[in-house]
Amino acid sequence: MNRPSVAAAFAGLVHRDLLLAARRKSEPLFALGFFVIVASLFPLGLGPEPELLRRIAPGVLWVAALLAAMLSLGRLFAADYEDGTLEAIAVAPVPLAVAVLAKVAAHWLVTGVPLVLASPVLALQYGLPAEAIAVLAASLLLGTPVLSFVGAIGAALTLGVRGGGVLLALLVLPLYVPPLVFGAGAVDARLAGLPAGANLSLLGACLALAAGLAPVAAAAAVRIALE
Amino acid sequence: MRRLRWFRYASPQTFYPLAGRLVPVFAVLAAVSGAIGLYLGFFVAPTDAQQGEAYRIIFVHVPASWMSMVLSRVMAFWAGVGLVFNTRLSSMMAHALAPTGAMFTFLSLWTGALWGRPTWGTYWVWDARLTSELILFFLYIGYMALAAAIDDPRRGDRASAVLALVGVVNVPIIYFSVQWWNTLHQGASVSLTRAPTMAATMLAGMLVMTFAFWMYSIAVALSRVRAILLEREAHTDWARAVARAEAA
Repeated sequence: MNRPSVAAAFAGLVHRDLLLAARRKSEPLFALGFFVIVASLFPLGLGPEPELLRRIAPGVLWVAALLAAMLSLGRLFAADYEDGTLEAIAVAPVPLAVAVLAKVAAHWLVTGVPLVLASPVLALQYGLPAEAIAVLAASLLLGTPVLSFVGAIGAALTLGVRGGGVLLALLVLPLYVPPLVFGAGAVDARLAGLPAGANLSLLGACLALAAGLAPVAAAAAVRIALE
Repeated sequence: MRRLRWFRYASPQTFYPLAGRLVPVFAVLAAVSGAIGLYLGFFVAPTDAQQGEAYRIIFVHVPASWMSMVLSRVMAFWAGVGLVFNTRLSSMMAHALAPTGAMFTFLSLWTGALWGRPTWGTYWVWDARLTSELILFFLYIGYMALAAAIDDPRRGDRASAVLALVGVVNVPIIYFSVQWWNTLHQGASVSLTRAPTMAATMLAGMLVMTFAFWMYSIAVALSRVRAILLEREAHTDWARAVARAEAA
């Protein structure tokens, strides 16, 4: 039996997860719906003053995106864990970290990218100027993969654990502080007329660090869950 | 030459009585040094020129903050050792340290709020140190929640060890991100690092209190690890013998 190349295995897993998401149709859009609804609730609760909304928009939109990303994590490994696919992936002759990386990539394409694409529309509702909208979309583009990477560790740790959903939030949300600070900070800086580059660079640094370390940690957590 | 028996006390059966002998030693050390530290803090140290008597909470607050951070590292160290070498006792040690670490984090936040009220006029500011201490508290809670949620003890050990290591990598990142966030929003209107050098007796009081907190942490962690040991090893003969002897 010849060993599959790592790249082929990666592409195959991404393709499989995307196909599964496409067949399920509505489920991947839950996170997007949550994001839109939460972002629309804040003006209802706080009143429609444009000044106030513009000031809170970066934080509110980022927190809403963060919660939406967190809520979608439950499905990252759970279905494969329940039907045994995850075990098959774990014994495959490919490093498990690569398989985790593929699953995270597919998960981000399905749940993270829609958030990035929807954010300009929501930002318009909050009356953000065009350049701040561009920064918001850029910060989410850099930040949502970090959320998926870090969240993958939490999702793997809580596989098959009682009260997994709430526990997952408890574990993952404190770790989401840096991307939240840098992401919302970038938009804030742009609104204040300052360059957003420093914040975006730090967000990129978070992404580099998370992309390097999180798959390894999540793979270790998956192995522990499968024992 | 006889080989050093490093791992003799890594076995639960030999560790249990050793810990039992050590607990009173550390407890007495904690009580004595705590009494000395509090005496230095309340009676010997001079009154602060700016803050009056209110500053004296520093003798609890600063050592508690130090312990909260140090214990998170110690906990992650034992969790990591348990994960790598698969030694059960190390993981139990990590579990035993977590509640103490969380307690010191809470104590630090609480005394900080009580100190902040008379000196800054508010119980809470979103200062970088306060915020990162709060997030450290959340990390401790998450660790304990995960360890408690998993029924299989070995899986719980290993899963919470991964979380402890992820947390220890994240704490500095969170600290710097929060510091960055704070400096963006407002200037340093309140600084915790006061410029005037402190009197030698103040420093001595703080160091003695830190020593007391160390001894307390060790005593409490050892007695907690003894309880965890008995619970985990309840199926073994030695644990039953110990339980019978202690019940009698």
